[in-house]
Amino acid sequence: MTPPQRRRRQPLPLPPPAPAPPAESPADRGKQPDRLYTITGPDGERAPLDLVTLIVACADPPSSATPEQTVVLRMCAAPLSVAEVSAYLGLPFTVVTVLLTEMLAAELVQARAPIVRQKLPDRSLLEAVMHGLQRL
Amino acid sequence: MDFKGSDTVPGPRAEDQLPQTTTAAAKIVIVGGFGVGKTTMVGSVSEIKPLTTEETMTQAGIGVDDDFGSDTKTATTVAMDFGRIRITDKVVLYLFGTPGQERFWFLWNGLFEGALGAVVLVDTRRLEVSYEVMGRLEEGGVPFVVAVNTFPDGPRYPLDDLRAALDLPPDVPIVECDARRRASSRDVLMTLMRFLHTLSLRGSLT
Ligand SMILES: Nc1nc2c(ncn2[C@@H]2O[C@H](COP(=O)(O)OP(=O)(O)O)[C@@H](O)[C@H]2O)c(=O)[nH]1
Ligand SMILES: [Mg+2]
Repeated sequence: MTPPQRRRRQPLPLPPPAPAPPAESPADRGKQPDRLYTITGPDGERAPLDLVTLIVACADPPSSATPEQTVVLRMCAAPLSVAEVSAYLGLPFTVVTVLLTEMLAAELVQARAPIVRQKLPDRSLLEAVMHGLQRL
Repeated sequence: MDFKGSDTVPGPRAEDQLPQTTTAAAKIVIVGGFGVGKTTMVGSVSEIKPLTTEETMTQAGIGVDDDFGSDTKTATTVAMDFGRIRITDKVVLYLFGTPGQERFWFLWNGLFEGALGAVVLVDTRRLEVSYEVMGRLEEGGVPFVVAVNTFPDGPRYPLDDLRAALDLPPDVPIVECDARRRASSRDVLMTLMRFLHTLSLRGSLT
């Protein structure tokens, strides 16, 4: 028996285009939560909120905080990824990013930008990861 | 949302909290068809009980029959399991188990963006379900390794035959694994890290 044959592909010259937004009627447009929020990375570059952006509470919940904000602030006493916040709240990722964006704007939380893939992987990071995996 | 009562406040257990010194997180994606062992692999290496995040897709994003009329929009929820490994006091690694089917690509923009690399899990009973995702990773310049999960009822092929069938470049690692075993899953991740390290030494990702 022979396995089915695949053909490898070449990297596209340009980064793959963003997927077409879901078809929507113009009336819907205002309702779609847009991912337009940005945070500032260590290099001053502006980056969108990622699944693994770490969120940390800045302060105890102020009396003006909504119940959801209070829950997030308690949860993020120690750094927590956006994915974890989504998991613990049981809310979709996009909904959570909207909530967190408001909290970032209100300076209730801080965001720590993720490590992203570079053209050249950071060797000291890879070595640290290998070391960390070896301890597992 | 209903989060009344402090004993029901959601969040990590005290022992699962990251240290305040944690400055940044990196991610790796484990991708493959349904039932190939993604959840199993995430769970076997994660230091926390695996969690689930979800995203909602509209009908248009799924690309299925839209003969219901453009006014009807079905929202489908796609779940992703993920786990976490602390690397140092500063760095934490997240592993996301992601369905490899075409209808989930809608979500991938955010997911593969920035991932250090990917593990493509394949199952010899249904190799071709992973072919499209491998092509996409190649096109997107996302480095990956292939892990062959060996199921008792699946055909066994020598790795060289699989490499040829998958048309993998000679330097792209392909390894066998048992996702249920932590050591085996860890070895797959190590293989990916070593591969990335080699690419880095060579001075190019492609
Ligand atoms: N024999 C064998 N079974 C496995 C392995 N990995 C996963 N399984 C089993 O395959 C089934 C599906 O695995 P799961 O992780 O849920 O697949 P997923 O859909 O990719 O997340 C489960 O019953 C697992 O116990 C493996 O390496 N070897
Ligand atoms: Mg699963």
